[in-house]
Amino acid sequence: MTIERLNMLFVGVGGQGVLTASDIAAQVGLDLGLDAKKSEVHGFAQRGGVVESHVRWAPVVGAPICEKGTVDVLVAFELLEAARWIDWLRVGGTVVVNTQQITPMSVSVGDAVYPDREALLEALERRAGRVVAVDALPIAEEAGSTRTMNTVILAALSTLLETPPEVWERAILRRVPAKYGEVNRVAFRLGREAAQR
Amino acid sequence: MKQLLSGNEAIARGAWEAGVQYASAYPGTPSTEILENFARYPGIRAEWAANEKVALDNAIGASFGGARTMAVMKHVGVNVAADSLMSVSYTGVFGGLVLVSADDAGAFSSQNEQDNRNYARFGKFPCFDPADSEEARQYVGVALDLSEQFRTPVMLRTTTRLSHSKSAVEVSPPTAREFKPLPPFKREKEVTRVIIPAVARKRHPEIEERLRQIAEWAETAPVNRIEWGDRRLGIVTVGIAYQYVREVFEGFSILKLGMSYPLPMKMLRDFAEQVEQLIVVEELDPFVEDQLKAAGIAVAHGKDVFPMCGELTLAKVRAGAVKAGLPVAPIPPAVPPIDEVEIPARPPALCPGCPHRAFFYNLSRQKRKVMIAGDIGCYSMGVLPPFQAMDMLISMGASIGMAHGFKQAGGQERAVATIGDSTFFHSGMAPLASAVYNRSNITVAILDNRITAMTGQQENPGTGRTLQGEETQEVDITAVVKAMGVKYVKEVDAWDVEAVGKTLKEATAFEDGPAVMVVKGACVFIPEYKPLPRLEVIADKCIACGLCFKVGCPAILKSEEVFEKTGKPKAVIDPLLCTGCTVCAQVCPTDAIVPMESDYMAGR
Repeated sequence: MTIERLNMLFVGVGGQGVLTASDIAAQVGLDLGLDAKKSEVHGFAQRGGVVESHVRWAPVVGAPICEKGTVDVLVAFELLEAARWIDWLRVGGTVVVNTQQITPMSVSVGDAVYPDREALLEALERRAGRVVAVDALPIAEEAGSTRTMNTVILAALSTLLETPPEVWERAILRRVPAKYGEVNRVAFRLGREAAQR
Repeated sequence: MKQLLSGNEAIARGAWEAGVQYASAYPGTPSTEILENFARYPGIRAEWAANEKVALDNAIGASFGGARTMAVMKHVGVNVAADSLMSVSYTGVFGGLVLVSADDAGAFSSQNEQDNRNYARFGKFPCFDPADSEEARQYVGVALDLSEQFRTPVMLRTTTRLSHSKSAVEVSPPTAREFKPLPPFKREKEVTRVIIPAVARKRHPEIEERLRQIAEWAETAPVNRIEWGDRRLGIVTVGIAYQYVREVFEGFSILKLGMSYPLPMKMLRDFAEQVEQLIVVEELDPFVEDQLKAAGIAVAHGKDVFPMCGELTLAKVRAGAVKAGLPVAPIPPAVPPIDEVEIPARPPALCPGCPHRAFFYNLSRQKRKVMIAGDIGCYSMGVLPPFQAMDMLISMGASIGMAHGFKQAGGQERAVATIGDSTFFHSGMAPLASAVYNRSNITVAILDNRITAMTGQQENPGTGRTLQGEETQEVDITAVVKAMGVKYVKEVDAWDVEAVGKTLKEATAFEDGPAVMVVKGACVFIPEYKPLPRLEVIADKCIACGLCFKVGCPAILKSEEVFEKTGKPKAVIDPLLCTGCTVCAQVCPTDAIVPMESDYMAGR
């Protein structure tokens, strides 16, 4: 995918590292010599609620949020959230989805049911130009820490965009504490491998 | 170096660059990160005040002493500070004084979406409205210069979308700076800083003249600018709305206002005359639009097509333009939403381990009929399932006053007020004194989680630590309550389900004035919170009674395994989320929830 004008929407659940990942993605845009903006909604959402963060790359970016129907890549950190936000995708757009399932309180108190995994993935397939599903949590565990999950997802994203992987790796390593550098390096490699499989 | 900064980070940077030497704030989304960031710069003092009025009063004192200063708060916080704000406009300032009002168009985390630009007109001071982080950085300095030039307080207004969006800002690493003491203070021969009626009457006409002069200044101020394009359409816009306008109306003429009050009316009139059709695009109230109309400038479209409620978006601006028949690109087709499977809602919830859980579990299961007045904080979530234990909530510190009024007006039920530690210091002490004085038998539960949690764990007078990380005197809530003459005061361990229940029962039965229970337990996000061995469910012992689901913990999930006799799902605990607080284990009737052996052995 070309990158001169790129709209990305990062979604997930509070505590998953969505905001850090979107920060890094925006920084990568700047590092590539483009203008970049990012915008997030948090606050109440931090308490296990939905988190959304928009990242836009362009020669000059105006609005810090995308418009419905213009998202090139929907980066979902949780399966249900991919489904919730799918209608922001442009026709033919790509979904990167971490297939982790986090039970919302509405389900655990019995008011609702978490939909079937395959049914959700099929619904995404029917709508998106392409769906890249990654089970990031076990990959992060394999890398050495579940906290590298967002690095795994960024690595998967990086394989879809015409960008040098080193730029991503550098932006990630600048952001994480030095002692987590090595596990993140491993997580980045494993994430790319998983997405390209 | 170009760096991505949020609007809030940029304001902090701008304040430091412009020589703000003292700043005070009360945390509140979306304003909180401004002072958190400012506090890290060298050579300054930054503080959390007990509430927004205190923050502004602090800034006024600093300004009267001659310092450049800043008070920071969310939009509804300005209501709290309004008493002093209205009058400091009369006295005028000495050192530059900027009030940052972080509005919440969209009410993402607020009780309303009031448009604080109205305060500028009401209080007769200027209001700046940056459109991105770079402008946010620059405008702090412009505002401070203007503040000193005209001796006026100045409002810098953001909205959530600006506060929490990151865009590129040109910055270099901060250089070393020493904190400078103020020059010797001189008592005035003719008082201006003492706002007695004689001073107020003399100052009022001077304020009107000041406003006229600032409007004159605005005519040539670089913050207001015209981007000429196709003159068939001219768009007047302000603040973040500019970002949507420049995309949706690409190629047309734009008058971008950097300040919404007072307006450069001559500039606007000239612009209006040179375009075929003038429209106004602004978020929330028709603040600029009404001023233009009052000045007799024809506005073809404004709030007739662009929504008054909620934050603006590209989609809303485009939809408004399409509705008005303006020449813009059509709304892009989107992928259809998923309707073949139902997508469950994901409401926020108290975190695993939250010290509020045992209290709300008990409160939701009260046999005695109670009316519950809530307050602003994480515990506002007591209104959500599974607790649904909150009947009224209006603003910071209001719970105690509401419970008292309900009771005194003849309320039949026991009235319970729930309030947090930070909120108690913010504005809970005065209503408690009032309830003691007027002798109502209300129950007040102070949920002391040792931090201002909702806004992201900020220190407060009860935590023993300042914003800049120094240790300080901790104000003892229980001692304060006792000193007020409350006759029933009891501290209770927040995670002891039975003790919390027993105390609640006693407190609601107390008949000799207000009863106060201080429910003590640290928020899971602060170091004072000590996680215990994580818990697991012994499936063979679980009878699927569902009681543990009633504590509303995100870590407790329905198992795929069912209890044979009833066919109901058993419980299972997510080890990634559990902090071992044991509230679920305490309510389990069969002792099926136990510490994970591996954690226990590992000494967690």
